[in-house]
Amino acid sequence: MTSILIAVFSTIGTLAVLFASIGVLRMPDFYLRLSVTVKAATLGVGLLLACAAFIFQDSSITTRAISIVFFLILTAPVAAHMIGRTAYHKGVPTWKGTVIDELKESTAEKPGQYETEGEKSANTGEKKL
Amino acid sequence: MTLDLYFDFIIFPILTVSVVLVFLRLLKGPDIVDRVIALDLIITIGIALITAYSIRSGQAILLDVAMILALIAFLGTIAFSFYLDKQEKK
Repeated sequence: MTSILIAVFSTIGTLAVLFASIGVLRMPDFYLRLSVTVKAATLGVGLLLACAAFIFQDSSITTRAISIVFFLILTAPVAAHMIGRTAYHKGVPTWKGTVIDELKESTAEKPGQYETEGEKSANTGEKKL
Repeated sequence: MTLDLYFDFIIFPILTVSVVLVFLRLLKGPDIVDRVIALDLIITIGIALITAYSIRSGQAILLDVAMILALIAFLGTIAFSFYLDKQEKK
């Protein structure tokens, strides 16, 4: 019974990891690739760690597995956000099927919002004290 | 079919194929950010491989390495995005 459960969970987790890697290879755009990486890979690793916690039946191993899943769930979206922001400001092109770009619309209304202090004073002619 | 054989012939080959697929993206990647997320995904699949190997071999101590690797992956991506931001501002 235990081994059947382990086999089912590890199969689902491994397939999630496989789908994440296929998505990274086949998606047409950087941003779509980013969205695939974070979610599917975290799900797959989380399921495999749940298998490890279930097969060892030890409180120290369970704590380690929970902490690894916690780290992954906490850090993967933050890292994806940072690298996505960098890519957007770097000018990485979006896919031709992308229909909405809310960041571009919001920055077009307020020019100078994302400029640094030096650029602002250079634009307005003020001098830094 | 025992669980050990199942891990040997199903789980490990699928994980290895996924690492190879992501490595193709790492070689191909049209931009540097694609390569950064490919590296990030390779490290995440490495965590999955270490976990599967610790289940297969019964050595739970290997999970410590997986924990360290999870932190290193985060630090690597953050450092890459930080320095790419700095490079862009010049």
